[in-house]
Amino acid sequence: MSLLITAHLGSARPGFRGRILGLRPLPSGGLDPEELERRLIELGFVEGALVEILHQGLFGGDPIAIRLQSATIALRRREAAAILVEPLT
Amino acid sequence: MNELSATQQGFSVALVGNPNCGKTALFNALTGSHQRAANYPGVTVERKVGTLATPGRRQVRLTDLPGTYSLRARSPDEAITRDIVLGQRRGEPRPDLLVCVADATNLRLGLRLVLELKRTGVPLLLSLNMIDIARHRGIEIDLERLSAELGLPVVTSVAVRRGGTAALLAEFDSQSARRPETPSSPWTAPDAAELRALQREADRLVAVAVRVPDRRDALTRRLDSVVLHPVGGIVVLLAVLFLMFQAVFAWAEPVMDLIDGSFQALGVLVGSLLPEEGWLGLLRSFLQDGLIAGVGGVLVFLPQILILFLFILLLEDFGYMARAAFLMDRIMGGAGLHGRAFIPLLSSFACAIPGIMATRVIDNRRDRLATILVAPLMTCSARIPVYTLIIAAFIPDQKVWGWIGLQGLVMFGLYAVGILSALGMSFVFRRLLWRREASDPFMLELPDYKWPRVRDVAIGLWQRARAFLRRAGTIILAMMMVIWFLSSVPRPPEGATQPAIEYSFAYSIGTAVEPVLRPIGFNWQIGVALIPGMAAREVAVAALGTVYSIEASDDDSAELGSALSGKWSLATALAFLAWYIFAPQCAATLAVIRRETGSRGWAWFTFGYMLVLAYAAAFVTFQTASFLGAG
Repeated sequence: MSLLITAHLGSARPGFRGRILGLRPLPSGGLDPEELERRLIELGFVEGALVEILHQGLFGGDPIAIRLQSATIALRRREAAAILVEPLT
Repeated sequence: MNELSATQQGFSVALVGNPNCGKTALFNALTGSHQRAANYPGVTVERKVGTLATPGRRQVRLTDLPGTYSLRARSPDEAITRDIVLGQRRGEPRPDLLVCVADATNLRLGLRLVLELKRTGVPLLLSLNMIDIARHRGIEIDLERLSAELGLPVVTSVAVRRGGTAALLAEFDSQSARRPETPSSPWTAPDAAELRALQREADRLVAVAVRVPDRRDALTRRLDSVVLHPVGGIVVLLAVLFLMFQAVFAWAEPVMDLIDGSFQALGVLVGSLLPEEGWLGLLRSFLQDGLIAGVGGVLVFLPQILILFLFILLLEDFGYMARAAFLMDRIMGGAGLHGRAFIPLLSSFACAIPGIMATRVIDNRRDRLATILVAPLMTCSARIPVYTLIIAAFIPDQKVWGWIGLQGLVMFGLYAVGILSALGMSFVFRRLLWRREASDPFMLELPDYKWPRVRDVAIGLWQRARAFLRRAGTIILAMMMVIWFLSSVPRPPEGATQPAIEYSFAYSIGTAVEPVLRPIGFNWQIGVALIPGMAAREVAVAALGTVYSIEASDDDSAELGSALSGKWSLATALAFLAWYIFAPQCAATLAVIRRETGSRGWAWFTFGYMLVLAYAAAFVTFQTASFLGAG
C-alpha cells in the first residue's frame, strides 16, 4: 500500500489511469509550493478526482496531457510531480 | 417610475467565467454588432462592452470580463475581473448583475467559480452554456436541483443558435425589476484549504445534479490521437504553418499590389496638381512623400495582417492553439519563452506589428514582455526588398556543393540568424531581467474541438483590423511625419544641383554620424538613407536610390544594385546585411511596443538593445570581411 502512495503523475506514462490521493507541492525552482497547490486546485486537481495520461510531448515526454474528470489539462512533468495518485486497474 | 429610472440608467450586467467556457461567443450572440473593444485605461487588457435590449424593453449594458479560473487574480486580465466584480476598480461601477458562464460539458470548474463568486455578495446567476453540446453528448443536468442547492437562478444558453439566449434575457428582465440592494462583503483571497473545500462542494453538486456518460468527445479523442501524437503532431503543426505562410505571402500579394499601386497613383495625382517649387512644393512633398507614402507604406501590410489573424482566430476558436502551445512548449521553454509565444513569433515573419498584437494570448506579463522584445528580430517581410537588393548586387549567382544556390543560402542564413538571435535574446532577458522571478509553469486547458462560427471570427477580425488601422492612423502616421520632415526640410535652394535630400536635416544627421558608422564600413550615403528607412525598412532602398541620384522608377532595383556594387566593397555590403538583421529600423514597431507594453521605456529598451546588436554584428562582419580581403 505504501508503495502505491508514493506514485505521482510526474513519472506516469501515457495510458496510466488513477485516482488523486493528494497534492504534495515541493519547492522546485518554479512557483512557491503554496501557490502551485492553489493553481492545481483551481484547475480541478483535488483528492478523489480521476486522472488518465492521454498524450506526451516528443522531447523527454514533456509536457503531458491529462484527462481530469470532464476536462483535459496540459502540464509539465515538474508540476505534475506534485500530484500523488494511486493507480486504478 | 421605478422602471423608468432603471431604463434610463441602464441595467449593467457582466459576464464572468472560465477560459474556454464560450463566454465571448455568448457575448457576441447577446450584443451582435452593438459592441466596442478598447483597453481599460492604463493597462493593455481588452475591455469589451456592448448594449442590448431585453424582450421587456430594458436597455442592458453588458461587459465581457476576461476569463478566469478564480477571483484570486494572477494576471492583469484576471485582476481586472476581480476588481470589477468586487467594485474596486475606479470609474467602473460594480455590475448590477453578474452572470457566471459555465461550460455545461465541463461543469466542475465553473461550479467552483460560481461558489467563489457567491461569497462576494453580488447579485448572481448561473448560465450553463453550450447546453446543446452537453445534451448531444448525453449529459443530463437537473436544473432545479442545481438551482436549489446553489440558491441561485440557473438558466441554460446556446450562443450559436437563434433563441438560445431567451432564458438569459428573460432573467435580465426579472432581475432588473428586482434590483436588490446588496451590501458588498469583504473579500480575501482564498487559501488552498478554502479552494479545496469549494472544489469538493462543486464536485458534490456535480454528483447530485449531473449525470455524465463516461466517455470523451469522439471528435476530440480521434483528432487528438493524431494532433497530439509526439511525431504526427509536429508533422501536422508544420503543415498548418506551411499553409499559413503560403496564404500570408501568396494570397495577400494581389491585394498588396493593388493598395501599393493605388497609393502610388494617388501620389502621382497629387504631384501633378501642385508645383515643385516654393511653399506649395513643400506641401506637395509633404502630401506625396509624407502623408500618402507614409499611410500607404503601413496599409500595404493590412492584407497580410488580416489573413494572418484569420488563421489565428480560426485555429483559436477551433481549439488548436492550445495544442500548438503544447507541442512547442519544450522547444520554446528552452529559450525561456512560453509555449504560447510560438504563434506571435511566427506572425512576426510577416510583420512584427501583428505579432506583437498577438502576444495578448500570453497571460503572464513577463512571458508576454519577453516575446514582445524579441518579436522584431524575426525577419519581417519589409526586410526582403533590402535583402534581395544587396544579395543580387554582391553575392555571385553560383552553386555551392554543386546544387545549392549561394544567393538562396545567404537569404536562408539571414532568416536563421534572425530566429536564433530571437531565441538567444529571450534566453538572455530571462536570465538578466527576471532572474529572481519564477517562470510561470505551463498549465493549460486543452478544450474540446469546436467548429468556429463565422460571426465570431468576423467580429474578431473586424476588431483587429480596426485596432491596426487606428494605430496606422495615429501614432504610426505621426512617426512618418517626423521622418518626412527630417528628410525633406530644409528645401534645396534655387538651382540646386545635388539631390534634395543633401540639403535636409537627414543629410546633416547622416554626415554627422558618419565617423561612428565608419568602423562598421558605412559611408555617409548609408547614414543618410537609414533615417527615412526608419519609416519602414524597405524605404531605405528608395532612399539609397535618392542619395545615389538614381532616377526612381519601377525597375530601379537592378540599376541601383549595379551602382552599389561599383561603390560599396563586399565587406560594406555584408555589414549592411548584418545591420539589417538586427537594426530597430521601424518606427511603427516601436510605436506598437510602446502601446502594448503601456510604457515608453520598453520601446526605448528595444530600440537600444537592437541598435547595439546591429552595430556589433555589422562591426564584426565588416572587420572580419576586411581582414579576409573583402574590404
